Amino acid sequence: MSSDLAWIHAAITAARPQAVGALLRYFRDLDTAEEAFQDACLRALNNWPKNGPPRDPAAWLIMVGRNAALDGVRKRSRQTELPPEEALSDLDDVEERVVGRLDEADYRDDVLRLLFICCHPDLPATQQIALALRIVSGLSVKQIARAFLVSEAAMEQRITRAKSRVAAGDAAFETPGPVERAERLAQVAAMLYLVFNEGYSAGDNPARAELCGEAIRLTRLLLRLYQTEPEIMGLLALMLIQHARTPARLDAEGQIVLLEDQDRGLWDRKSIAEGLALIDKAMRHRRPGAYQVQAAIAALHARAETPADTDWAQIDRLYATLERLTPSPVVTLNRAVAVSKVAGAEAALAMVEPLAERLSGYFHFHGLVGALNLELGRTAAARVAFDRAIGLAGTAAEAAHIRQHLDRLMRDHSAPIETKAG
Amino acid sequence: MLYALLCYNDEDTVWALDAQQDAEMMARLAKVRAPLERAGKMGPSLRLLPTTASTTLRKSDPPLVIDGPYAETKEQLLGFYIIDVADLDEALGIARELGVANPGGAYEIRPLAVYNGGAPGAGFGA
Repeated sequence: MSSDLAWIHAAITAARPQAVGALLRYFRDLDTAEEAFQDACLRALNNWPKNGPPRDPAAWLIMVGRNAALDGVRKRSRQTELPPEEALSDLDDVEERVVGRLDEADYRDDVLRLLFICCHPDLPATQQIALALRIVSGLSVKQIARAFLVSEAAMEQRITRAKSRVAAGDAAFETPGPVERAERLAQVAAMLYLVFNEGYSAGDNPARAELCGEAIRLTRLLLRLYQTEPEIMGLLALMLIQHARTPARLDAEGQIVLLEDQDRGLWDRKSIAEGLALIDKAMRHRRPGAYQVQAAIAALHARAETPADTDWAQIDRLYATLERLTPSPVVTLNRAVAVSKVAGAEAALAMVEPLAERLSGYFHFHGLVGALNLELGRTAAARVAFDRAIGLAGTAAEAAHIRQHLDRLMRDHSAPIETKAG
Repeated sequence: MLYALLCYNDEDTVWALDAQQDAEMMARLAKVRAPLERAGKMGPSLRLLPTTASTTLRKSDPPLVIDGPYAETKEQLLGFYIIDVADLDEALGIARELGVANPGGAYEIRPLAVYNGGAPGAGFGA
């Protein structure tokens, strides 16, 4: 791709949330807004290479998109003559005026509204994600279908259904008050974290792994609109630090490499630096939240040059804070890993045993119980737990990882294991 | 004569380039830089993280710490080059070359008043 074309694509991608958000405010209809934007993009691809990129791509796309949609309406009603094409192509003066009118507050609310529409409470998580990727990110249905391993037709249908559900609801066009805005922000943050996690758990599906980068891009945009929100800083820091480990998480055969076995030289230092800067900024606000605490935990791992340098005691304390903020058996399970490092496997097992019922269907629960038992030399119990984990593995890499443990068990204890675990 | 080439561009656009496009752009820039470095004309150059990672200290009394960049602008300061050239024409020539390798935005070509090389030790920036 030529550098000009790459730049045009990046400019359109970057302008999309603001432009579609503004067009949605004008037309109050998602399909019209999207079509108008699409139309503007076609004209941009035609016009920008010839005339050079406009100073403000978003304003250009909004203006041209709005005119194109109005043309469409006029054409359909056959009441008015079309304006001459020259009136559209000479944009320099008009652009300035549009920019002037694009008040910062409007812009923020436009983007937030667009993201918020995807968080419709009636929509299941997978549909929220698909809708956000289609409308806000502008990924093609084909790309999204590939990420979710479904056919294009099925994904098209899923998105159409989600859209009509959104259209039927109250799309909240009035300017939100401060309380509403904060609530929307929290829901949008949760949705963006879902997008990230879809990508993070992608295994060896590269189409899905791209969702991490997309979630980071949108969260960075959100933070630029709400510069002083510590939880958005925390969320972005969390994503950046987790994502930085991607090159080290799978080996050449696509097998999972555990944190303590990863080649830390492969971690993306630029991403980690940005994440650490953000978590430092967030902490200054002294308004802790779940994303900030999780980011702080990720930061402690990122700061440790070797696994032995990891400050597990501090990680244990942070998980205790997280348990208070968002109590859940999964958080306790994660805390148990830190406890096993600080106080030993016995203490960690005591911590997770009460979770057995609630986490009986959770892959990582049985994986950890297996590993802790193995550490204590209780091979029979470890085997039982690993067997259950394999049955619950969500990806081939997860299953293969547990199978490695089992193979090692078989090798090291080749005689049939009859002793009951203590 | 020392100049700073201050790079301004829309950071949303720059950070919307995918990894491959970004790597291609950096490779094109490295190609422009290499002969200039050999000729002793290219000093330090650097790229900044997004403005969302920045913090501003207002030197009021008491100093005020603010999240985000100093100025909210359409285009952001994304990095700079320090070059040692004969005159403005030569500086503009370098800016044009860099601009072909990395389109969009603008370079502000600003002469330096003082240049402190600093004393980066062995572990500096590691």
